[in-house]
Amino acid sequence: MTIKRRWSTVAAGLTGIALLLTACGGDDSDDSDSSTESNGAEGSGGDAAEEPAEPEEPITLEFQTLAWQTASMEANEEIVDAWNDEHPNIQVDLLQGDWNNVNDQLLTAFEGGTAPDVFHYESTVLQEFGDRGNVLDLSGYLSDEIRSDIREGAWDTVTYDDAVYGVPFLQESQVVFANATILEDAGIELPTVDDPWTWDEFTEVAAELTTDDRYGAVYPLKSPTNRILNLSRNYGAEFFEDPSGEATAVFGDAEAEVLGRIHDMIYTDESASPDGLGMSSTDALPAFFDGQYAMLPGAIWLRQQLMEQAPDDFEWVTLPALEGDSQQQGAVSQTLSVSADTEYPEYAVQFIEYFLNAENQVKLAAGDWLLPTSQEAAEAPELNDPETGWDVAVATADVLEIAPFQLVKGFEEWKAKVSEPSLQQFFADEISLDELGAKLTGEGNDVLERYRR
Amino acid sequence: MERTTSSAVTGLKYLALCAYLVFLAFPLLWLLSTALKTPQEIAQINPTIIPNDITFANFRAAFDEQPIARSLVNTAFVASVSATLTVLLSIPAAYVMARYRSVVSRAVIVWVLLSQIFPWVLVIIPLFLLLRDAGLYDSRLGLIIVYVVWSMPFALWMLRSYVASIPYELEEAAAMDGATKVRALRSVVAPLLAPGVVAAGLFAFVSAWNEFLFALVLIRDPDLQTISLTLVKFIGAEGVARLGPLAAASLVATIPSLIFFAFMQRRLTGGLLGGAVKS
Repeated sequence: MTIKRRWSTVAAGLTGIALLLTACGGDDSDDSDSSTESNGAEGSGGDAAEEPAEPEEPITLEFQTLAWQTASMEANEEIVDAWNDEHPNIQVDLLQGDWNNVNDQLLTAFEGGTAPDVFHYESTVLQEFGDRGNVLDLSGYLSDEIRSDIREGAWDTVTYDDAVYGVPFLQESQVVFANATILEDAGIELPTVDDPWTWDEFTEVAAELTTDDRYGAVYPLKSPTNRILNLSRNYGAEFFEDPSGEATAVFGDAEAEVLGRIHDMIYTDESASPDGLGMSSTDALPAFFDGQYAMLPGAIWLRQQLMEQAPDDFEWVTLPALEGDSQQQGAVSQTLSVSADTEYPEYAVQFIEYFLNAENQVKLAAGDWLLPTSQEAAEAPELNDPETGWDVAVATADVLEIAPFQLVKGFEEWKAKVSEPSLQQFFADEISLDELGAKLTGEGNDVLERYRR
Repeated sequence: MERTTSSAVTGLKYLALCAYLVFLAFPLLWLLSTALKTPQEIAQINPTIIPNDITFANFRAAFDEQPIARSLVNTAFVASVSATLTVLLSIPAAYVMARYRSVVSRAVIVWVLLSQIFPWVLVIIPLFLLLRDAGLYDSRLGLIIVYVVWSMPFALWMLRSYVASIPYELEEAAAMDGATKVRALRSVVAPLLAPGVVAAGLFAFVSAWNEFLFALVLIRDPDLQTISLTLVKFIGAEGVARLGPLAAASLVATIPSLIFFAFMQRRLTGGLLGGAVKS
């Protein structure tokens, strides 16, 4: 009996200790304060126009990139290697993160004080990171050179009050891709950058190109919110009143315009394929290559997929962004930011400025097929090649402005819980435009209400 | 007549078995097919299972761009060690839980059940802080400890039911023949428990092999990354994936676990205890 009890105690104890490791974790969640206090944010800032002197002892900065395309990764490695050669005492370790999990990974790293010194992400999250004290305000560190080279509209996407939480460097804009052979056979005159199609003209052409076995267009609408909100800027749609303050969802004629036009193309004119409802842009490519859709509105990065996947005999062309009351589009930026915990804020900013100089932005933009924010880079010949639609892509730079929703606290929840399902219902013709508006504002404001408290 | 019916039934059984095998093997075949296709062929509107132009460029791209081999070695090491530790720690605990009914034993059972209730995402940050303070962040050892703790409750329950299914009379018979407790455990219980140990080990191994979230949060050094972290590098913003290299890398990543399964499944023999005790 005694032996039995001893066995029992030892083995059960062993198990208990092992399991305790897990449970104990839950009690330590409040212990992070001592190690995660921001120190970099209180840095001196220094003279914004001067480069800091090289440190006497070698230091190492960690830089986490989200580059994933082959050319983009190569560009990252090339730039970092060049920096390391030129700055023997400020070595940069290149880490590769991934887009789909970077938010969880960074949030955990911020809490644990192990975030990389410099990290790549996008402007939509910087307000939250800034509010939490996770990112450094760069306003006191940036040189006049980079401030003047990057477009003002791009700076707007990373500026909250007076704080600058990142350096914007790549932006996405919306254009239209077309099967050149189909348009040529139909005798359609192609629009130019100086004379783009209006939405009305686009709708007419789509109807003209629609046949028994072909739709004039397809709108990939798998996750439509960001795209619809950005495109709706063509008609001045806001969707939110006082986005940077106590944001309220609104829905009026301007907000209804693009939504109504796309819906009508699918269900009234039947010139746009209803298949697009569950498709991402890349999902639509096989049928686009097969000639089932004549035109495919999409983001400029889709050119990379077209270059890589289109059959050899497939002729495609990039058409300029459509025009409503204007060609204005909302846009977010990919950014480089500095962790508030970094020990070397000046060197981190120095590295960012090097990484994002005009010459390097050309390489990065070419690698990701996105628009550089550097005005000098946008003039580079390789980013203006008409064969690959670069001339059209770069021309959208002047019409990009900060997407108002980016400023709205609670936007991500509004989007996930209200906007995405409601838009899906609307584009599936299950609810009317008025009902959609009522959902976006009624249910939407219930969500936003919590963020105002 | 009876013989004809019997042959027909046997034929149908084999047919059903073949259909099931195709069902099981199809994802793997599709992975192989995609891995051997060009980007143009992957984007064809009417995909084929046999590629028109077989290419190995996706394998070259996968190995050139990501440290697949190193990630596989890391994963194999972490999965093997954590599976071994899980089994070694679970066996004595499971034995006690099955054979001895004490307050501590019952408390452990409740604790094991409770530990399964909490979603792991809730404990990830505290766990991260705990490991960081212990100097185990960004190390294989830290990941192994987490995987052992993660797999143990289920392994424990699995082994506990295996132990409970071994009649205690067998140990009593061994004792009657003069065997010590240790000898009875080693010579009588251990062989009968082998299938359970293998099943628990396989579970722990596969769990560790496929695990992503803990590895994402706890490992930063590219030299220490496991294969799940490496595979996700082929997926970009908005879920756009480089399907060719991803399929090639995924295919390579499944091979070691397939070999491990093939090697271990022979030991997953059941029915050893049939007729051991007169009931």
